[in-house]
Amino acid sequence: MLDFSILINNLDTYLEGFKNTVLASIIALIGSFIIGVIVAVMRIAPIKPLNWIGSAYVEFIRNIPLLIIAFFFYIGLPSIGVTLSGFVAGTIALAIYTASFIAEAIRAGIQAVPKGQMEAARSSGLTYLQAMRIIILPQAIKIVIPPIGNQFINLVKNSAILGMIAGLDLMYFGDLVSSHTFVTFPVYIFVAMFYLVLTIPLSLGVGYLEKRLARSH
Amino acid sequence: MFKSKTSKIAGVLLLSASMLLSACGKGDKETSGTAAKNALEQIKSKDKIVIGVKYDTRLFGLKNPSTGDVEGFDIDISKELAKDLLGDAKKVEFKEVTSKTRIPMLNNGDIDAIVATMTISEERKKEVDFSDVYFDAGQSLLVKKGSAIKGLEDLKKGTKVLAVKGSTSAINIRQKAPDTTVLEFENYTEAFTALKAGQGDALTTDDSILYGMADQDSNYELVGGTFTDEPYGIAVKKGNKELVDAINSALKKMKENGKYDEIHKKWIKSH
Amino acid sequence: MDIAGALSVDHLKFLADGFKLTLYVAFISIVLSFIIGIVFGTLRYANIPFLSKVVAVIVETIRNLPLLLIIFFIFFALPEVGLKLSPTVAAIAALTVFESAMLAEIVRSGLNSIDKGQIEAARSSGLTYIQTLVSIVMPQALRRMVPPIVSQFISLLKDTSLCVIIALPEFMHNAQIIYAQNINFIIPIFVVVAFMYFIVNYCLSLIARRLESRQA
Repeated sequence: MLDFSILINNLDTYLEGFKNTVLASIIALIGSFIIGVIVAVMRIAPIKPLNWIGSAYVEFIRNIPLLIIAFFFYIGLPSIGVTLSGFVAGTIALAIYTASFIAEAIRAGIQAVPKGQMEAARSSGLTYLQAMRIIILPQAIKIVIPPIGNQFINLVKNSAILGMIAGLDLMYFGDLVSSHTFVTFPVYIFVAMFYLVLTIPLSLGVGYLEKRLARSH
Repeated sequence: MFKSKTSKIAGVLLLSASMLLSACGKGDKETSGTAAKNALEQIKSKDKIVIGVKYDTRLFGLKNPSTGDVEGFDIDISKELAKDLLGDAKKVEFKEVTSKTRIPMLNNGDIDAIVATMTISEERKKEVDFSDVYFDAGQSLLVKKGSAIKGLEDLKKGTKVLAVKGSTSAINIRQKAPDTTVLEFENYTEAFTALKAGQGDALTTDDSILYGMADQDSNYELVGGTFTDEPYGIAVKKGNKELVDAINSALKKMKENGKYDEIHKKWIKSH
Repeated sequence: MDIAGALSVDHLKFLADGFKLTLYVAFISIVLSFIIGIVFGTLRYANIPFLSKVVAVIVETIRNLPLLLIIFFIFFALPEVGLKLSPTVAAIAALTVFESAMLAEIVRSGLNSIDKGQIEAARSSGLTYIQTLVSIVMPQALRRMVPPIVSQFISLLKDTSLCVIIALPEFMHNAQIIYAQNINFIIPIFVVVAFMYFIVNYCLSLIARRLESRQA
């Protein structure tokens, strides 16, 4: 039923896109985690202006489409003198967008740890940062792993946005194969398979972690 | 309390679902009608022709956000076509197509014909029927004034050329300048915006479309002349000889009575 | 930047037209995906031999694909096998397919979070399995599901912007037509578009939070 010659004849193109999708996902994943942790800490730190900035970041970015952020970096920034390639602009947009969800997951996780523990740790002589690092974060991590895992799966799927700004990812090259061969159905089925190769194992992994962590509670 | 709310929600849900279903149902009826009658009779019986045009191509089909109208060479040709087929230039409805969506839109029955800077090519003839040529274009290059690129021979390794997905020029440029990097976009808006944003060194497509871009922004110019022939045709669904004949006779009349030259002069004047 | 030129009255009207279509497409897709999501989530939860497994495979496959791919597929690939949809219907279909799968998963985990003891108690008091599900489990689960469901709706509203690839004249598409005229319009237009999405979505998330705190 499926015409595999499409896949075989264009395998290099598919693999090039697949490689870039993986690369963009990994970079954006690391980037979004770092930004997410920083923003989450800003939101719960006992300093009001930091709280405001952190909240503004999360609320604003979470509520606007990723596409606007990606377009902003690709064609908006050059009008103020910064030109980024589609791959770089898309990856930055992905990291910034996903970070808002990760920050929110981390904040919720930290606040799920009873407040009394922080007070007890502080009164036993630990500084705020020490209490955070030794007492609160290890517990919070267990709570936040499943939602963060889900955000990473979303990130991989959302990376298809690179296809719209010539980001040379799987979606972009799949689209080219389709417009150059005048074939669509099998072309997109193969693109889908490449995405599933990435996302299904991730989903299974997150599901497994979720069950294990639930048991250890 | 929860119960009454759910029942309200359920009511809204049902209503919307039935709305959508009836909308789908309507679509079905229209497509099945196509099979029964030929496309020309169908256009005549609904007394309206739906034409797919570009909304983002200056000089050919450009949506003016201020007036809400679409304007250009293709638009005026379409109106003349409606005048010839249905006796009134107003009996035409425009729908937006892009290079990528136009063939699916035609085959889906959303539009009766494509008048959208569409090159007649052997590949496309397998999918649609074309009228006679109504405009002669050729592929060229658009660059920022003062660019080192003066023609096809300057497209070397590392040069970034922007093109549009699904266009013949995207395929041609890979053959004519195999060493350059070609970046493809969804439509001309995105491609030209990307060029203006410095995301590429040149933009390639038909000279006719590029003139429109140069017309819009005088910082850009065409270089190197044309290096392909891109004869534009009006496309209809495959197997509609009557409609193709009617369109060809309309085109012929336009050329004979001077209307074609008038439209040509109005849009393509200075080039 | 040309703020005054970018945000002329005509341009704002044109943007408003696009926004109306965005809201329309999002609303219908929300309604449809809500119904389908509940049905599929419940089917998967109910552990019906074979059927639940089939539903699970469908839901997991769709959930793990990019929405952009699903939009492309429905509009460009399905006509090859005979299913032809206009851009508006294709947009609604794609959003509904994707968001239904996301919602089905929310519904399933919501149902799973209800204590199994309650089901046993209801069953032993003489209710059938379906009665138990509809009158005992579902109402409690739905209340718990409100926050994730609302955030899924927010995602859906944002995701309508992807329909720009099939030239659906929605918000993002009309924005593109405006900034195509002049590169100096880009940033002001982006700011306006982002704020419109933000306002609607932020209001939705406030509603979700109120519902959440009321049930707590």
